[in-house]
Amino acid sequence: MLLTIAKRLVTVIPTLIGVIIVTFLLTRVLPGDPAVYFAGPAATPQSVAEIRKSLGLDRSLPDQFIRYVNDLAHGNFGNSLSTGQPVASEITSRLPASAELTFFGLFLAIGIAVPLGILAAVKQGSWVDHLCRIVATAGVSLPVFFTGLLLVYLFYFELGWSPAPIGRLDAFATAPKDITGFYLIDSLITGNFETFRAALSQLILPAFTLGIFSLAPITRMTRASMLAVLASDFVRTARASGLSGRTVILTYAFRNAMLPVVTTLGMVFSFLLGANVLVEKVFAWPGIGSYAVEALLQSDFAPVQGFVLTMAVLYVALNLMIDMLYTVIDPRVRLEA
Amino acid sequence: MKRRDFLKSVTGVAAGAMVPAPAIWSPAKADARSETLLLVTENGPNNLDIHGVGTNRPGYETSWNCYDRLISHETKTLPDGTLSYDRDKFKPELAEDMNIGDMSVTFKLKKSAKFHDGTPVTANDVKWSLDRAVSVGGFPTVQMKAGSLVNKEQFVVVDDNTVRVDFIKKDRLTVPDLAVIVPGVYNSGLLKSKATEKDPWALDYTKSNIAGSGAYKVTSWKPGVEVVYERNDDWVGGKLPQLKKVIWRTIPSQGNRRALMERGDADISFDLSSKDTAEMKKEGKLVIISNPIGNGMYSVELNVKNPPFDNEKVRQAVAYALPYQKIMDAAMFGLANPLFGGPSNNVTDITWPAKTGYSDNIAKAKALMAESGVSGIDTTISFDLGAGDICEPISVLVQESLGQLGIKTTINKVPGANWRSEMAKKSMPLMVNFFSGWLDYPEYFFFWCYSGQNAIFNTPSYVNKDMDTLIDAASAAAAVGDKDKYAKNVEGFISKAYNEVPRIPLFQPFLNVATQKSISGYVYWFHRQVDYRSLVKA
Repeated sequence: MLLTIAKRLVTVIPTLIGVIIVTFLLTRVLPGDPAVYFAGPAATPQSVAEIRKSLGLDRSLPDQFIRYVNDLAHGNFGNSLSTGQPVASEITSRLPASAELTFFGLFLAIGIAVPLGILAAVKQGSWVDHLCRIVATAGVSLPVFFTGLLLVYLFYFELGWSPAPIGRLDAFATAPKDITGFYLIDSLITGNFETFRAALSQLILPAFTLGIFSLAPITRMTRASMLAVLASDFVRTARASGLSGRTVILTYAFRNAMLPVVTTLGMVFSFLLGANVLVEKVFAWPGIGSYAVEALLQSDFAPVQGFVLTMAVLYVALNLMIDMLYTVIDPRVRLEA
Repeated sequence: MKRRDFLKSVTGVAAGAMVPAPAIWSPAKADARSETLLLVTENGPNNLDIHGVGTNRPGYETSWNCYDRLISHETKTLPDGTLSYDRDKFKPELAEDMNIGDMSVTFKLKKSAKFHDGTPVTANDVKWSLDRAVSVGGFPTVQMKAGSLVNKEQFVVVDDNTVRVDFIKKDRLTVPDLAVIVPGVYNSGLLKSKATEKDPWALDYTKSNIAGSGAYKVTSWKPGVEVVYERNDDWVGGKLPQLKKVIWRTIPSQGNRRALMERGDADISFDLSSKDTAEMKKEGKLVIISNPIGNGMYSVELNVKNPPFDNEKVRQAVAYALPYQKIMDAAMFGLANPLFGGPSNNVTDITWPAKTGYSDNIAKAKALMAESGVSGIDTTISFDLGAGDICEPISVLVQESLGQLGIKTTINKVPGANWRSEMAKKSMPLMVNFFSGWLDYPEYFFFWCYSGQNAIFNTPSYVNKDMDTLIDAASAAAAVGDKDKYAKNVEGFISKAYNEVPRIPLFQPFLNVATQKSISGYVYWFHRQVDYRSLVKA
């Protein structure tokens, strides 16, 4: 097992090298001159030149690249100009925010989508099936910023049930001690239940917004793979042997239908982590997606490079984890295969 | 993994999360609320020091509130009852006394002034800070230059509590330039200890730390999330502010900023869009303050270097073709001062920004177009996507009206990050743009936008010897206080600019702020950021 993991990791190296080169080149060919942007309102050509020099942009491309790789090797992702902070520390503080939101949203989605998908497959053509279709279609066709704003309008502005959408914590609450970076976990570890409640109540609306969006692929995938499995011989045999419907569906059918569902989950997760920019904007969530987009809009190279690199590493790790999970779910799957 | 347990636990978490958690205020928190201000804006600072490389506008706000300058401006009440800084009246901040001589100005420092770390503020700190402003390069150095503050040798330590600033030439803008954000006073002892060979002015340290003596200190800064300030109870720069704590949150969504205000959860929402302002004014739940932005205007700018806009008649035709009122209503919801429809292009007083003599007159425009002999024009209208909510409706209306003159246009939306470099190239033929100057004097506007130095803001690339003579003469007259000569030259350059129209003024926009009814003391400042020191929460 360990050997297989090591083998997989080796194949990752060329991918990462490719990512580093491509992101470096891409950010360089983007239109927009960071020196002019950051020289500020009353810039003269001379002050622009001063800034270009202090940013190291007056050097040749290969020289810049060597410096960049050298910095990376020392764990230095460079400095973000737009927030003024080292990219590495920004990413480590923002990634947990995004991850907490994404996990929570995904759990909500799974909690609704998987049972719904199973029911829809079992009672194909019934009202549950139609409901499943409607939920999936609505979820995927409503843009997240719309669902987000709608939820804010309804639950915060009109009903007042939800707290103000101003980020991970209320302005007057104090953040828990930084242990994992996940506020829910950190506040529980430190036994700070007031903060836990504050963090949870801030999390619910954005998580639901994300959840609604990711319902569609999970429901549809669960339904489709359940349908295929339910039609197979071993399910018929199980039914003929007089097993209860519950055992047949959950123990035999669902277990076999889980592989494609897990694959979908992995994809949805990595997609959401980077792509929930709009949710982050609507809820003022200090996540990694909005950070990267803002940096891109300001020709701020370092965060964009750092973001792409982090996402690439995460994606690779996630794929590896899912592959491992396959062998747990279905012992017939071998990693070498 | 057991699926059943997994499923159970998942649905359990989901069900638990669906119960709405009520906001629970402990009594201590409620107390803190009454002494704390919650301010919401679209963006937060990227650097706490205005001397930093590429510090953004919100960063200026932190510098303004956490550092002191030698002098500042008095406050005055405007005719509509709102408060504004007084351009012409200065008050001491770190200085207790200002003495303007013929070729220098001398400041005596307040002896009780201390930096946040307790070290006293001395003349050496002031000199080091002013040296820093003229030496670090980039924006601060350019801003200092605007007031003829160029060399370190101009700043002289007379004794421990006295500093003299020598003039390199007589310039009316020198003293006002000492009251802008840039010449703040930094703790030189602390910063020298943080300086390195590569970073002699300790810019790295001040990027995320305050080394000042100002009314507020930053207790926590999470970039892109919030800045938390605490009052400096030992502040001597003015009357001790009422607010003990200020929390400044970044809320990117405009709709949510408005919801927070209307629900009463935030105290101030700064820099509102015209649409929100107009609607919130109607609702009347909040205090809405709108101040015209001093020395600022939106205009349509024509590149005079290249055809077809090198032809004055074509430019005038365009100026007569624009549907001004429609533009102001669509882009600003009427929240702006018109800069069109004046009696004539030859102005007779020095009010600035002044109205042009142009108005919507399509017959005259067509006649001028025929006179110019130019036809078959096909060009582009460019604007900064960062200001798209204002510039886009303007561009569409301009496009439509130019169509009537037979000028075909396509709209070119330039992303915010590229706008400056596009401006610097000076190749855009026609653009919708905004400019405003901190120092509220007409010659300052013209120095940037019309003079032969062809600065980045002179987007039309308008270079004209007579114009330069007028601008220089006005500055020279202002420096020696010759009012008649000054007025003659200012009227001269405004009239010249309006007759030749390299840029067609549209309107002077407002800076809009919403506050809860419990908040008072908001002051409009030339730098267009919030001054926390005058704010009072009832």
